[in-house]
Amino acid sequence: MKKMIYLDNAATTRTAPEVVEAMLPYFTEYYGNASTVYEFGAKSKEAISKARETIANSLGAKENEIYFTAGGSEADNWALKAAAEAYKGKGKHIITSKIEHHAILHTCQWLEKNGFEVTYLDVDEFGVVKLEELKKAIRPDTILISIMFANNEIGTIEPVKEIGAIAKEHGVLFHTDAVQAFCQVPINVDELNIDMLSASGHKLNGPKGIGFLYIRKGVKIRSFLHGGAQERKRRAGTENVPGIVGFGKAVELAIASMEDRSEKEQKLRNYLMERVLKEIPFTRINGDRTNRLPNNVNICFQFVEGESLLIMLDMKGICGSSGSACTSGSLDPSHVLLAIGLPHEIAHGSLRLTLGADTTKEDIDDTVDAIKEIVTQLREMSPLYEDYMKKNH
Amino acid sequence: MYSEKVMDHFKNPRNVGEIENASGVGTVGNAKCGDIMRIFLDIDEDGIIKDVKFKTFGCGAAVATSSMATELVKGKTIQEALQVTNKAVMEALDGLPPVKVHCSLLAEEAIHAALWDYAEKNGIKIEGLEKPKNDISEEEEEEDY
Ligand SMILES: Cc1ncc(COP(=O)(O)O)c(C=O)c1O
Repeated sequence: MKKMIYLDNAATTRTAPEVVEAMLPYFTEYYGNASTVYEFGAKSKEAISKARETIANSLGAKENEIYFTAGGSEADNWALKAAAEAYKGKGKHIITSKIEHHAILHTCQWLEKNGFEVTYLDVDEFGVVKLEELKKAIRPDTILISIMFANNEIGTIEPVKEIGAIAKEHGVLFHTDAVQAFCQVPINVDELNIDMLSASGHKLNGPKGIGFLYIRKGVKIRSFLHGGAQERKRRAGTENVPGIVGFGKAVELAIASMEDRSEKEQKLRNYLMERVLKEIPFTRINGDRTNRLPNNVNICFQFVEGESLLIMLDMKGICGSSGSACTSGSLDPSHVLLAIGLPHEIAHGSLRLTLGADTTKEDIDDTVDAIKEIVTQLREMSPLYEDYMKKNH
Repeated sequence: MYSEKVMDHFKNPRNVGEIENASGVGTVGNAKCGDIMRIFLDIDEDGIIKDVKFKTFGCGAAVATSSMATELVKGKTIQEALQVTNKAVMEALDGLPPVKVHCSLLAEEAIHAALWDYAEKNGIKIEGLEKPKNDISEEEEEEDY
């Protein structure tokens, strides 16, 4: 098989071999139900609490504030729907941003259909939420602010500390979708005044189908899935023990390697951006240049359509993603790229590359060489490029 | 998600390029939706399409349908070319995913637009051809940076 260069780590990551190894005994040996009385079940229970402890420590949270879920989407749904339900006596207004993941946006739309009012904050050209707008949007009936920690497409890190302070000052709950940021950048829920936080295992070399919602002690939200007494009666269902164990292991590894990893990724990422900007004309970088996830690059190539670019990269064994309409399954390009003010035709030509711990300089060089060749080829085929060149030469 | 035929026409698109002083040129679609097709026709005195070239900005399906459409009209008479419908293009490609069907419509429209241009240039009327509705020349200017 041809060598594969995987640059779509924001979509999902390889489960680390150490993680798989840690998980295996909980399928085959210690398969007991954690809710049972016998010694055998206690093995599972212990493993769950160890993972919970690792995760709580990584955030400066307490163990009884971590609730395991089946992933980031569930944690987002739970945070929003249950907070809306619990606090509707106080008010029915929620504030979020225009660049959230669909797990937040579609949940907000559902809430709107069910009697809640949602304000979708604008972002600036770099994808940063406008704090002045946030302050102005807060009303006496505002119950929740949900702003992502870092954006999954353009990598921009939001001013979470400032948002947390504003929320606290106004006595409004603050939830953050940290699915992309968790274990990529340091997070302390107390320092940042975060009341709820969503995260997911498969974005940090952990398994798929496991996530958690951090809920600060004292926040009133109740069960989302009713049934057994698992997760302090707030999330019923026999625990996904191997998943939880794997998630715990992945967090342990990712926290330990965070500093070195992000330094390495940032270097390669900056090298990639510099090469592309220098060697390919009519190109722009999307997102904040410095305040962004260490592994994220998002580039627009004018006169080129994203899906074509992706297929041609795939033919060379390179995996990336795009915000073009054709890859979103609708006729509109990515809502995030539109929210930062890109015209449709430019948003269609976007490419997101997200590096991983194993990415090498050689991978980056091969990728840039491939992009250069493909973009040239696609532009030669593009009527937009033809028109532009005729008009300007 | 694409058939082998689609991938083949995407990887090795037939008839990419321009025809200088073409008998007819048609451009359809718009950049906002992410697809633009331009077809160039070279038509001789007997009304035979001697050569055809295309340029496309768009997804894999858009490129493949443009390529297939040019293959289907090459060497044909104007009347035969008018019979090249989006259905014919899709069938020739062994189908398209449902979200991509609009790409094949664009290919049909591009041919019609090029034939319309040819008819206008020569002051003739082509039986069964209506004025194409979709032309980017009416769209706003590209923005650049
Ligand atoms: C910002 C963000 N939120 C939520 C999710 C959903 O997470 P999961 O795939 O674990 O449901 C993702 C992943 O695609 C994401 O990037």
